[in-house]
Amino acid sequence: MTTPLLELKNLKIAYGGINAVKGISLTVNPGELTTLIGANGAGKTSTLKAIAGMVKTASGDVIYEGESITHQPSYTIARKRLSLVPEGRGVFPQLTVEENLAMGAYIRNDHAEIKTDVERIFAMFARLKERRAQTAGTLSGGEQQMLAIGRALMARPKLLLLDEPSMGLAPIMVQKILEVVREVAATGVTILLVEQNAKLALEVSSKGYVMDGGEITLADDAKALLTNPKVREAYLGEAA
Amino acid sequence: MDIFLQQIVNGLTLGCVYAVVALGYTMVYGIIQLINFAHGEVVMIGAMVAFTVITALAGSGAPPVIIVLAGITAAIPVCMATGYIVERTAYRPLRNAPRLAPLITAIGVSIVLQHVAMMIWGRNYISFPQIVQFTPYHITSNPNGATISNIQIVIILMSVAMMALLLGLVYKTRMGIAMRAVSQRPDVAGLMGVNINSVISFTFMIGAALGALAGVMVGSYYGIAHYQMGFLLGLKAFSAAVLGGIGNLGGAVLGGILMGLIESLGAGYMGDITNVCTLDKFLPGFQSLCEANPNSSFFGSNYKDVYAFIVLILVLVFRPQGLLGERTGDRA
Ligand SMILES: Nc1ncnc2c1ncn2[C@@H]1O[C@H](COP(=O)(O)OP(=O)(O)O)[C@@H](O)[C@H]1O
Ligand SMILES: [Mg+2]
Repeated sequence: MTTPLLELKNLKIAYGGINAVKGISLTVNPGELTTLIGANGAGKTSTLKAIAGMVKTASGDVIYEGESITHQPSYTIARKRLSLVPEGRGVFPQLTVEENLAMGAYIRNDHAEIKTDVERIFAMFARLKERRAQTAGTLSGGEQQMLAIGRALMARPKLLLLDEPSMGLAPIMVQKILEVVREVAATGVTILLVEQNAKLALEVSSKGYVMDGGEITLADDAKALLTNPKVREAYLGEAA
Repeated sequence: MDIFLQQIVNGLTLGCVYAVVALGYTMVYGIIQLINFAHGEVVMIGAMVAFTVITALAGSGAPPVIIVLAGITAAIPVCMATGYIVERTAYRPLRNAPRLAPLITAIGVSIVLQHVAMMIWGRNYISFPQIVQFTPYHITSNPNGATISNIQIVIILMSVAMMALLLGLVYKTRMGIAMRAVSQRPDVAGLMGVNINSVISFTFMIGAALGALAGVMVGSYYGIAHYQMGFLLGLKAFSAAVLGGIGNLGGAVLGGILMGLIESLGAGYMGDITNVCTLDKFLPGFQSLCEANPNSSFFGSNYKDVYAFIVLILVLVFRPQGLLGERTGDRA
């Protein structure tokens, strides 16, 4: 029995009077790639934002490394090496690729290692290296996603939250991004992945949760979910 | 030609001061899209504090340079504290309010600061003790020609140094990158571990420090200070920031210098251009006026304060994003 790196306990999120997340619980074990799938509006983004401290939680608890981080501001949480790659990438459009990466390492002071990490990111994404002095706003969607992931990795996160990294990308780029996610996971970074592309996400994950209408409706091994008739019908576009 | 050169020198000096003040407006606007109308008052407070220190030390026999430096050294922290307190108490609670609320608050803060200054320094013009000997240097071979004074040289050099330091800070340091990140995507900057409130406070304090220096410079240049001096100076510098493209640092510098030149050349030439006595052939009826004073004109040098606003209006009508600005869309 491992102690989870992240645990949500009965988490509720409301916008005004609207309950977007209605009391969910989930665990993310260290070293694992966990995925959260669900239709548009299910509450996935809200959940990730609450973990990262970007939205207020109405009630419930977010436990990270055994400690409650529920009401902490996002910058404090980031300093605990919990990184969120937000939906829509969120690159700084007027900063160069290099400056975006420097922002990713904002919480670090080990300048020499930061330099080697930048080179590591450039080795991973050759396209970014070519465009290192360009502003991020001039990059294509796929390149921006690479930059957003690279930037998050610059913090050397223990837990990486990815919100729909394949959204709006060409199929070949989707493959590439998920390949990167798998590589990052292989280096030992714990990942909580939110994806619309349920099949690809479940294939790279060890555990999966299905969210619907602000609630978690299914939780199982990723492989079991892939063969679950309900999941196949609702999320994999196949007849049951 | 000599008059022209002289107006250029005067305009550059004034323009440097406007540029340093305009940088304060543009930095704050860049980071939280707020027009900090109280910035002019921060400049005024800088001048006042420096005045107090310089007056106190004037009879001490210390070298003038030391006295002026002491004035600057006192003015900068006072202005930084003012900037910090204003942001913390007046603007931060309204961070997510509709844009009109902080704008009106800024005007309110400006009035409050003016009156605090009035209570401390009184309602009269106060004159700076002349501790630095004014020395003009000829810039042409003509012995009656254009000059540049030691004070003007120092103002220009100090302004250029300040601008260079600021650009270095914003474009080369970690804090500068964080400032630009906050201005573009504050929520994402938070995800990077940036304490947004600290960065905003820092921005206000840097802007205020520049304001303090500008206050000392105008105070020494004109030799006088007044609790309402920040109003007009602030408006002109704000117009300069808009001219250059508000939110754009290079634009503030360009706008400030252009504004100084426009004002100086306007004051120097508009009187001649609109002299009614030379127009007499086309527009008769000014004989008696011209006999009384051959320099009678429609727009004499006492109209110098108008040009900034003419420029502001023209910019807002024809190029609202300013000379170097790119961002369009809504602005207060
Ligand atoms: N800032 C917001 N204000 C009001 N309602 C919101 C806001 N963000 C999301 N919602 C609502 O919360 C629900 C969950 O949204 P979201 O978390 O974005 O879902 P998902 O990421 O699964 O698509 C939706 O009904 C959405 O309309
Ligand atoms: Mg979403």
